[in-house]
Amino acid sequence: MFNRVEICGKSASEDGKARGIELIIEEDLGLKVDDIRIVEAYNFQGNFSNDEILTLRNSLFCDKVYQNSFVGFHHLTEEEYDFAIEVAYKTGVTDNVGKTASKGMEYILKRDVKENDVKSSTLYLFRGNIKKNDIELIASKVLCNTLIEDYYIFYRTDAKKSIDYKFNFETAEKIKPYEVVNLEVSDEELMKISREGILSLSLEEMTTIRDYYRDEKIKSERKAKDLPDNPTDIELELFAQTWSEHCKHKIFAAEITYENCGEVKVIDSLFKTYIKKSAEIIKGKRDDLLSLFKDNSGVVKFNDEWAYCVKVETHNSPSALDPYGGAMTGIVGVNRDILGTGIGAYPIFNTDVFCFGDPFIDNKEVPDGLLHPRRIFRGVHRGIKDGGNESGIPTVNGSISFDNSFLGKPLVFCGTGGLLPLKVNGKDSYEKYTKSGDLIVMVGGKIGKDGIHGATFSSDHLSEKSPTSAVQIGDPITQKKMVDFIIEARDKDLYSGLTDNGAGGLASSVGEMATFTNGAVLYLEKCPLKYSGLKPWEILLSEAQERMTVSVPKDKIDDFLELSKLRDVESTAIGEFTENGLFECFYNGERISSVSMNFLHNGVPKYKLKAKWKNNEEKKVEFIDEDIAQSIKNLLKRPNIASKEYWVRMYDHEVGARTVVKPFMGKNNDGPSDGAVLKIFPNSNEGLVVTHGIVPRYSEYDTYCMAANAVDEAVRQAACLGANPDKLVGLDNFCWADPVESASTPDGKYKLAQLVRACEALYDLTIKYNCPCISGKDSMKNDYLRDGKKISILQTLLFTVVGKVEDIRKSVTFYFKKPDSKIYLIGDTKSELAASEYYLMKNIKGGFVPKVDPDAALANYKKLYGAITDGLILSAHDLSDGGLSVALIEAAFSGKVGCDVDLSVFGGNLSLTDILFSESPSRILVSVNPENEKKLLEIFGKNGVLYLGETTSGDNISVRYKDKIVLNENLTALKNIWKNALIF
Amino acid sequence: MKVKILILTGYGINAEKELAWAFELAGGETNIVHLEDLISNAAMLKDYQILAFPGGFSFGDHIASGKIFGNKIKYTIFSELIRFIESDNLIIGICNGFQIITKLGLVPNAADKFEQTASLIGNDSGHFENRWVWVKNLNKNSIWLKDIDKLYLPVRHGEGKFIVKNDNILKDIQNNGQIALQYFNPDSDKAEYPFNPNGSVLDIAGITNKKGNVFGLMPHPEAYIFLQNNPNWSENIDNSGFTGLKIFQNGVDYFKK
Repeated sequence: MFNRVEICGKSASEDGKARGIELIIEEDLGLKVDDIRIVEAYNFQGNFSNDEILTLRNSLFCDKVYQNSFVGFHHLTEEEYDFAIEVAYKTGVTDNVGKTASKGMEYILKRDVKENDVKSSTLYLFRGNIKKNDIELIASKVLCNTLIEDYYIFYRTDAKKSIDYKFNFETAEKIKPYEVVNLEVSDEELMKISREGILSLSLEEMTTIRDYYRDEKIKSERKAKDLPDNPTDIELELFAQTWSEHCKHKIFAAEITYENCGEVKVIDSLFKTYIKKSAEIIKGKRDDLLSLFKDNSGVVKFNDEWAYCVKVETHNSPSALDPYGGAMTGIVGVNRDILGTGIGAYPIFNTDVFCFGDPFIDNKEVPDGLLHPRRIFRGVHRGIKDGGNESGIPTVNGSISFDNSFLGKPLVFCGTGGLLPLKVNGKDSYEKYTKSGDLIVMVGGKIGKDGIHGATFSSDHLSEKSPTSAVQIGDPITQKKMVDFIIEARDKDLYSGLTDNGAGGLASSVGEMATFTNGAVLYLEKCPLKYSGLKPWEILLSEAQERMTVSVPKDKIDDFLELSKLRDVESTAIGEFTENGLFECFYNGERISSVSMNFLHNGVPKYKLKAKWKNNEEKKVEFIDEDIAQSIKNLLKRPNIASKEYWVRMYDHEVGARTVVKPFMGKNNDGPSDGAVLKIFPNSNEGLVVTHGIVPRYSEYDTYCMAANAVDEAVRQAACLGANPDKLVGLDNFCWADPVESASTPDGKYKLAQLVRACEALYDLTIKYNCPCISGKDSMKNDYLRDGKKISILQTLLFTVVGKVEDIRKSVTFYFKKPDSKIYLIGDTKSELAASEYYLMKNIKGGFVPKVDPDAALANYKKLYGAITDGLILSAHDLSDGGLSVALIEAAFSGKVGCDVDLSVFGGNLSLTDILFSESPSRILVSVNPENEKKLLEIFGKNGVLYLGETTSGDNISVRYKDKIVLNENLTALKNIWKNALIF
Repeated sequence: MKVKILILTGYGINAEKELAWAFELAGGETNIVHLEDLISNAAMLKDYQILAFPGGFSFGDHIASGKIFGNKIKYTIFSELIRFIESDNLIIGICNGFQIITKLGLVPNAADKFEQTASLIGNDSGHFENRWVWVKNLNKNSIWLKDIDKLYLPVRHGEGKFIVKNDNILKDIQNNGQIALQYFNPDSDKAEYPFNPNGSVLDIAGITNKKGNVFGLMPHPEAYIFLQNNPNWSENIDNSGFTGLKIFQNGVDYFKK
């Protein structure tokens, strides 16, 4: 029996959501509707008496203070509208509201209500004269993501007659345990198998797998186990998954022959040669680096009782297809990396950094099959917002970079930091203690078809054939319950180890943990499913969210499962860790896979790749700006510079009460902070700094400079905030356009050389700054390919820094604090404007790319730390996009303090545009009380800082250069330009 | 003996830890208890003087914020909860906690019937916002707000617009002095957006029941318990009097008489 309850507000005009949708329809589609009413509907099947439905209406679905409820398709049949659109999740896609509704029904009716018997949907009733085609656009472009949702359009005249629209509730199917895949075929056939199965395996990899099955020893073992000679589908999927670029980082592990100006060298693994080596060298000099590159996140000692851990992930491909779901699963996914670190850490902050195409680009310029950047932006933002806010984890730091190369693939970086006690139940918390014989327990959500082939798909470029199943839907509340339960179980010593289920699902999580004991066996029919009809290989590979894999000693399993039940968290023992060197799966008593652990983890053939660098010549550009004031106003409007406050305010950045330097601060809480500072415990003033650097723009010239500037930017911001320069750690996230030469990537050698150069910079800078990478991630196929048209992203390194703040009370914020303080600039300014915001705005090619001098920079950062520790610094703001002009204006308008500066003090051959707009790195704008000027000069030396002028009591910025006033503007007016440029 | 505070958690509540810090800084002794554990042993309530409903996203705000968490109590231990209130104990609900106790009918409860007569619905802006707001205290005699004039606190919600079922109820809560906190603009008589961040009727940010022992508010007093929580702390500001800590001290001190 099908039932439906519809809920609608009593007063339509008060619905902020409806007004928001009207705006989006107008802005994005240029259509004007007269009115929208939103109706929430709950559709459920089963036997419910009229009394029960009445109770549910009044006590669950409807808030009678301001809503009315109806049964059946009331609004479509009885109400006035011109057209209506109903949106509901596709069958098999997680419906969080439906799931919660089923719980809510159980609590009231005191009987079981099956999750899958309840589906939520939203009905939008429109008034307005809109053409049929445009109605389709409203449905498909604004209201519905057709990958995961269905929509139905109703016209008033039709709908009044009858509603021929049915909800599909799932039904059972009979499943075959496996198919055999014949690998004894031609090379072409092998590649066809790889391509059509979305395995993303190369020919060499396919033949390596085939050869494994040809081995006589393997053959006889398989015969004894009643397995076919050829691989079963689940085995082949397991290889594809474990060997994917996403999981094995084959490009970073490759042997690379690198040619630069005639010199040739062979690099045996970029990861080992640059990233890991730097970390190991620094580890030898520091005693706080507890766990590097071996766990889900790096672990660092915080004080004598606590450690912290940090991880940053990318979720680009899913976000390109479904911005909301992709970003949300990005953030809740990286939360699980933290939960799965050591014996379990508790997440305390999130970060997010996005790269999008120009949000103001004309629709016509967006290639077919891709979403408009604005739609991606809105969706990603909403995903991060819901994922972070609902999880109760503050989003403390982030940024957004815009460039039209990111039309090809948006970049979505999601980071999380967590805390763990140094010792848990007397043992080091940053280790795992999984033993052979421990049970494999899956904790959290159920398994569905969501995200199947996510890992292999993300290891491929985006095209019209990208699989929709690769998209996942997050459910932060199921995860929040799981996080709280895991930490409770950890403190009760109820398990021995854990890891998260992310890309590759159980195949990956169990596969990784099985390396601790050298084997695992899974009984896949035991896995709880969202709906029936999943094949065993799909169960193994599903990337359904909110799941951890936990090893539980047999004598603790009863207590573990009992606590899990009490906390409303689903936990199921699905297998056992073994030591027989095999990864085996059973399904209903039948063995369906048995592969060697050693071959699975070490059998992947090593890539041998070629890289060739060619220098881009740098040339001085002569340019005179006739209207500096107008240029500055235009600069403040540029998406990379303009305020993101409108968006960031929608993130909860304070839950936990730890965030003391918040994303937006200043007299009116609306100026841009250089990073975040967290006070970790209420009874201590020790803190953590969180910053990041990202400048993809410079990649157009030299990825060495791009990477060096990213590292410097993050370290410099940490210096501004008063972090201890000896206690910083970094995280590297590479997002690259495919760097492997092929027919579709003829410039692969250059792109790979770009990667080598970025790694060289990362090595050089991390060593100099004593700031090792503790964890990282790479995403290597950020291209879009369709009908021969290719868009490759700007090669991008995101460098995230986290570090210790010894006393958060001494932290410094970026804005001027009061009139009559003295303004100084730390760091050298050069004519470095290539790919600067200013040159991009003026369409100027050429110039010099900013080059980092890490020795000079570090010396200044250490001096600044001394000055901050001595309490000499009133404000410190890092110079980045837009250079000195933007930093000065931001510091002034955020503090509601004017300033009067003279730029004649800059020496050398610098022009006024160089001085105002150069993006030379390692520079910091500080202000001090007049009485501290002398001490500042003692610390930095007379030539170590440049005196620019002083702050004033007015609302005005006045800039002089060689006895002429070059800028004299009202600060509030400038602020309003900056503040309102990125609201849509 | 220390005043004991039971802080509820579970199902997506997420601000329980800082709420415990706040009560402990105020001199109380806290226990964070999962709702399921309270339901299975409601008798434990007699060991506590204060019951606190922290902020969060219980059940993901699905269907309506606070609704399902409230229903879970309503259909299990509601009578024990009412007894707790009638025995002169204290309850505070913050943000999601306020939404829960409003939907349970613990506030405003002007008719003493423990039925829902008010609600907290979607902000006029249509979205979640985290910003600092000024609130003033209209009821200086109330238990929770004694000696408080005004407070500067963050709001962090998407559904904080306070509304009532009808005008009579609004009149009742006004006449009974149940309006506790109101958003205001320090530079004007009118608290337009963003000073009133959600569009609440009469700029209401917090209300109590008639007696004043049950208090619900949208802003987060537990998020301002030390100087550096204040976004303006780096300007050498005078911190005295505006922090949320005073609320928790009032709660704890109530039992010290």
